[in-house]
Amino acid sequence: MSEHKEVVIIGSGPAGLTAAIYTARANLEPLVIEGEPSSTSDQPGGQLMLTTDVENYPGFPSGIMGPELMSNFRAQAERFGAELLTKKVTRVNLHTSPFEVWVGDPSSNEPTFTAESIIVSTGAKALMLNLPKEIELVGHGISTCATCDGFFFKDQEIAVVGGGDSAIEEAMFLSRFASKVTIIHRRDQLRASKIMQDRAFANPKIKFLWNHQVTEYIGDTKLEGVKVQNVTHQTESTLNISGLFIAIGHTPNTSIFEGQLSLHENGYIKTESDSSRTNIDGVFACGDVQDFTYRQAITAAGSGCMAAIDAERWLEEQHAG
Amino acid sequence: MSDSTTTLTAGTFDEVVNASEKPILVDFWAEWCGPCKMIAPILEEIASEQGEHIQIAKLNVDEAGDIARRFEVMSIPTLIVFDEGVPTKRIVGAKSKDALLEDLSEFI
Repeated sequence: MSEHKEVVIIGSGPAGLTAAIYTARANLEPLVIEGEPSSTSDQPGGQLMLTTDVENYPGFPSGIMGPELMSNFRAQAERFGAELLTKKVTRVNLHTSPFEVWVGDPSSNEPTFTAESIIVSTGAKALMLNLPKEIELVGHGISTCATCDGFFFKDQEIAVVGGGDSAIEEAMFLSRFASKVTIIHRRDQLRASKIMQDRAFANPKIKFLWNHQVTEYIGDTKLEGVKVQNVTHQTESTLNISGLFIAIGHTPNTSIFEGQLSLHENGYIKTESDSSRTNIDGVFACGDVQDFTYRQAITAAGSGCMAAIDAERWLEEQHAG
Repeated sequence: MSDSTTTLTAGTFDEVVNASEKPILVDFWAEWCGPCKMIAPILEEIASEQGEHIQIAKLNVDEAGDIARRFEVMSIPTLIVFDEGVPTKRIVGAKSKDALLEDLSEFI
């Protein structure tokens, strides 16, 4: 028998857990299907689980650790009665009423849950370079989590690929341990915010390799270096490093919604302007899964609040009609 | 900390791992690692459910960096299963309980 819920929230980053706090306080008894632990993909708590100091989340004047912030969000949602399930949604059917949600075996005839309304907050995950040997070398020199792995590169030479805020943040963090951090970026300037750029340029351990991209991983059982190519002159060179941290951007976790929810060309969910409504009545989206512009914990939390209020009002209308 | 998991230190690691009559899984972790925190409750569950087949132990890499280096741990969480003192299985990165149990199926 499928279990019926008023609100099912898929995903548990700042957006999903804020939606959980608001819908729980509205007595909607939300179920949060929070995802499964992973170091390389999406995971409960979202991307902040892979960070250290969060300095720009309002209300924490001396900063707070990302995992601690998320554990506070979670505790706050639980305090008001949100139910949390540490599983991954494997399939949804949004073309039926109530909506159907599967965890575990997606080919099972009966959905695990049925839901009056759904809030999608599955977030985004880090992109990889997709070069040969990449998967084998993750954990053996290639990393997507500076905070998890930086410690192991004490006094070693390493590199970060990327030019945005997260690349610079990783490089800054890694410079605490490594003897030298090279930022490999395919352009001649950074996308990162001014304050992060200034910090990076002032850091004596951080060097820049402009206009270059990684073309090959060197090493079989552990990373020994990378081949890099100058994107303007096509010249190749080798960089001897024991660690490579990849921070080249994100891709939304929307594969289970393909063919059901309207997506932008880049895969992010389309929402109506000034609202969290999707193309399907009763399905709302919030956080990074529908935001490729701001992508901050605070904007995700704000949009999670919007989705909760939108869902609450929508459910009221349904019950009134 | 539950009773079912063992806390190892740099001083006790070799003795406990070599003396263990069952396979012993050592979780290389640290306070600052988010994914380590995600799998900690899963390991506690496995410890209490599968305790007769496998011993679950934790080693803080901040306190025992030399041991982490000895086993070339470059990413945490790393889980290494020692059977009669010999490292026989290595799992890198956080995973779901089902995926972990599948990885450990040869021991349980």
